[in-house]
Amino acid sequence: MASSTERSPPPFPDTEDQDVLDSEEVGGRDSDDDDGEELFMSASNTPLTKQDTPASPDSQASDLMDDLSAEPPSSQTEKSAASSSPEEFVDLTNNLESAESKVEAEISSPEPSDDFFDILGSETQKVEVEASVKADSGEVSSGVTDLPGGKTGSEQGTSSAAPIINLNADFSDNNQQPSRVENKTNDPLAQVLSDTPAADPKKPSSAVLDLFEDDGSDIFTGTPQTKPASQPQKGLFGEPDEDLFGEPLGAMSKKTTENEVKSSTTKAAGPASSTGGAQQDRKSTEPADIFTEEAVTTVPRTSNTSTVNSKANGVHSEEDLFTEATVELSLDSPRSGRKKEETSKPSASSSSSSLSAPAKQAKQPPAALEELEDEEEAEKEDQFDVFISVKDPEKVGDGMNAYMAYKVSTETSLPMFRNKLMTVRRRFSDFLGLYEKLSEKHGPNGLIVPPPPEKSILGMTKVKVGKEDSSSADFLERRRGALERYLQRVVNHPMLLQDPDVREFLEKEELPRAVSTQALSGAGFLKMINKATDAVNKMTIKMNESDAWFEEKLQEVESADQHFRKLHALVESLVVHRKELSLNTANFAKSAAMLGSAEDNTALSRALSQLAEVEDKIEQLHQDQAANDTFSFAELIADYIRLLGAVRGSFDHRIKAWQRWQDGQAMLQKKRETEAKLLWANKPDKLQQAKDEIVEWEAKVTQFERDFERVSATVRKEVIRFEKQRTNNFRRQITKYLESLLQSQQQVSREEPPNPLLDMIKLV
Amino acid sequence: MSSFDDNNKERLRSVSVDLNNDASLLIDIPDALCERDKVKFTVHTKTTLSSFQKPEFSVPRQHEDFIWLHDTLVETEDYAGLIIPPAPPKPDFESPREKMHKLGEGEATMTKEEYTKMKQELEAEYLAVFKKTVQVHEVFLQRLSSHPILSKDRNFQIFLEYDQDLSVRRKNAKEMFGGFFKNMVKSADEVLIAGVKEVDDFFEQEKTFLLDYFSKIKDATAKAEKMTRSHKNIADDYIRLSATLNSLSAEESTANKKTLDHISDLFEKLRKVEGRVASDEELKLTELLRYYMRDIQAAKDLLYRRARALADYENSNKALDKARLKGKDVSQAEEHQQRCLQKFDNLSESGKKELTNFKARRVVAFRKNLVEMAELEVKHAKNNMTLLQGCIELLSSN
Repeated sequence: MASSTERSPPPFPDTEDQDVLDSEEVGGRDSDDDDGEELFMSASNTPLTKQDTPASPDSQASDLMDDLSAEPPSSQTEKSAASSSPEEFVDLTNNLESAESKVEAEISSPEPSDDFFDILGSETQKVEVEASVKADSGEVSSGVTDLPGGKTGSEQGTSSAAPIINLNADFSDNNQQPSRVENKTNDPLAQVLSDTPAADPKKPSSAVLDLFEDDGSDIFTGTPQTKPASQPQKGLFGEPDEDLFGEPLGAMSKKTTENEVKSSTTKAAGPASSTGGAQQDRKSTEPADIFTEEAVTTVPRTSNTSTVNSKANGVHSEEDLFTEATVELSLDSPRSGRKKEETSKPSASSSSSSLSAPAKQAKQPPAALEELEDEEEAEKEDQFDVFISVKDPEKVGDGMNAYMAYKVSTETSLPMFRNKLMTVRRRFSDFLGLYEKLSEKHGPNGLIVPPPPEKSILGMTKVKVGKEDSSSADFLERRRGALERYLQRVVNHPMLLQDPDVREFLEKEELPRAVSTQALSGAGFLKMINKATDAVNKMTIKMNESDAWFEEKLQEVESADQHFRKLHALVESLVVHRKELSLNTANFAKSAAMLGSAEDNTALSRALSQLAEVEDKIEQLHQDQAANDTFSFAELIADYIRLLGAVRGSFDHRIKAWQRWQDGQAMLQKKRETEAKLLWANKPDKLQQAKDEIVEWEAKVTQFERDFERVSATVRKEVIRFEKQRTNNFRRQITKYLESLLQSQQQVSREEPPNPLLDMIKLV
Repeated sequence: MSSFDDNNKERLRSVSVDLNNDASLLIDIPDALCERDKVKFTVHTKTTLSSFQKPEFSVPRQHEDFIWLHDTLVETEDYAGLIIPPAPPKPDFESPREKMHKLGEGEATMTKEEYTKMKQELEAEYLAVFKKTVQVHEVFLQRLSSHPILSKDRNFQIFLEYDQDLSVRRKNAKEMFGGFFKNMVKSADEVLIAGVKEVDDFFEQEKTFLLDYFSKIKDATAKAEKMTRSHKNIADDYIRLSATLNSLSAEESTANKKTLDHISDLFEKLRKVEGRVASDEELKLTELLRYYMRDIQAAKDLLYRRARALADYENSNKALDKARLKGKDVSQAEEHQQRCLQKFDNLSESGKKELTNFKARRVVAFRKNLVEMAELEVKHAKNNMTLLQGCIELLSSN
């Protein structure tokens, strides 16, 4: 299907396609109509619209009815049954046997949805008004002034109501120019995506995004004809849902279920229309992604969801809806879960809800963002109850094979751990190994994996040689502190905490030796090569950044990195100077003592030795302060330099994902060209192969694109999280440091009014 | 380039010496001009003594003129029994200049704000060196004026009164070498006459004490200098920290900005305090030690002159014995011996008085400066505390 549609840019050229489309569209329309209508209008074009117009009044009525009574009119159901393609039904039926009737009803009325939508948008709820009139009113209310045709006008109107104006505007053009549509669709998606992560830091947002991408983008990219259909879905869904839920319906559970059902139907229609292969891929992949990302929160739900996408989506969407309806999130989630469990309905419902959610978010991005941030903050307040301490560095073994083992104690009340208090011994390379595993697993997804302290051959060699001087003690203390902070950061990350490797690291008595962390091993060598190629890639890949936010952040991170490095060097020099001062003070104390002994005036002599004593104490204070400078200030900054490196790493991963996507697109383009050539050359035997390849690459490209979007979303979320944490953490640490300074000054002032000294001197 | 104003002079004057100025001869240096390497001091005198033509006058003098005055005093036989106040050290603006140069070279590597602050700091340092230079010259003259004998010195009075350029002939190479040679001879001589048996316990004690004390105070001075420098380094670090934090906060858009601003602010204030600590330590401790190091050197010179006189006396005794044996030139030798003895006695007498005075003066000065230093340190520590507390409160409040 997809291939055929692709080939023929004008809408519905092939009979096959048309058939499929029709069925799909009908289904889609139905669903779309229920939700929103714009797509339908645009997508269905002339044939559909005609149908729509007569049907619209009925549908309107039905919608209204739905809203009020939730009972679908019989006429509608009939319609829907007739219109909906068998495919849809199959899909739906699998999950929603009970919901079928409702679904059908909804599906049945393609245009009613328009009316409904319009009415809702304008809030006037005029049932009697004709579809066209409604569409106009909707337009007017939305404020979109330029409405060319009646049909198009209705589309636009709906679109205007929805946040995504671009889509609508583009929409009319879309039918003729699929490529454009893609681009445009991308933009709104991106917006939605960006908004969503910020909003729901933990779970639903990401899922919604995924769904979104899958449904919308995939469909769009796949076939031009299908695109319009899918797009309308989006628009429709987003708008109607919003309106319904937000304004009139409020917390009506019935309604939501209806919507869900509708959405599910639409969804089913959408996928059916789009190329089968791609769809399947998406479906299978989507759920996985969602789950992985939201593993923490979605665990209970996931178990229920057999149909995957739809359920997960449904949950998210529901949540969003609820939130909008000013219901609290916490309450929502359980409800949604229950719903899923109840019947097959939820599966169907998911699609609609997911769509609606993004639309809403897109509508009021700033408000949503703020809300989300607040939420995030609230979340941060009740951080995970895991406290980690790394203690007792202990040398194990002798000579160059010696290593330091640290005692890692974990104190937690989380049920996911076996014990409340766990203590294990880990060596430094175990820490590195953990990081390797985590960054391998989560890095490509755009997570900021907290980095451990670097290997230090020099420092470790000193320790190994067994020199018991202050610098090696200093080194060990630095490293111990850094390891502790590193682990604490890991467990403070909601996703990393869930990682089995982390748990293993904290719980398991014996860990397999981490081999790949040795600097001189084969693995280390490989890593070096990888790093080198990465660096080269980074230089060669020129990404024309479409998202200003990322560009800005990257610049911010880079300049912050620079400054932090400078700051670190300065603090180090401060430490050096402080140590010098301490040394010089000690020397002076000695000299003063000598001078005191040489002084022949007894009182003055005593005063001088007193001075020497005071200076001795002050020397100690300076030394302590130097240690404080090192441990609380320099190390804090070093931590941030490392973290900023990790942030940059996640940016790089995003660019890599982007690169993959671009490569995929280029490849697809090539395949298409060869196909065109073959077509020209009239070689039917190879043509089929070329078609297959195109299908395959299309799937890949969509996959890549989705990957990229997901990574972008995650990176964004992570960066925001990082910044927040940094702010708090930095302030806390600095305060601690200042307090240490204060303390030492207090001692100076206590020590320094060397009252005995003063008395002594005055006696002279 | 820069001129010295006497606003802060009261504070500065407290240093090192406690002079019992009588009102009959008041000397100060209200103004000084720095032209390239030369510093021109304006020496202002107010007097009621009739030996001066006018009750009040000002003359321009250069560092070399002070050295000339000092040298003539040292060379005057009559003053051999006195501790000649140590000559002021040559003005040394090299180190701040060098630093300024370095700063100019490194301008590209730092932010504008940082550069300005560092420059300000260096200018302040330069000014401090300048003030210190003026002050030591002033103290030298005041010591002379407060001395009952030295204040009557003709050359001193000329130095104060002659309103033209003294145009003291600069030492030429030969004289420089001669001076160096003389120093060599003197130290060799010191070793030689060390063998001469001391006849007076007081001087014997005084000698060992001063030698010991000199080496200790020299050591202490060097250490105190280093300590002071470390304080300065820390203050400089604070400047850079503050500037870097500032530029960091300038690019922050998050709530971190406030925190960074506060800290940057704090470090800026801390460095001022730290700078004060450094300069106070320098003024109250290092300068004190340095000055007394030089003063002790002067006292040691006195002891040397006395020892030399003693050696001369012994020699004259020997010569007298020889003359008596030979029966030749006895009266001449006797006369010489008498002269030597008298000179030695004179020296011993005035030397004893001078050294006792010196000791009292030293104790007083040490006491005063140490007390002041301790008080200042406490004050600074308290300042630091308030600053830190304020910042902590700010941080925890938002």
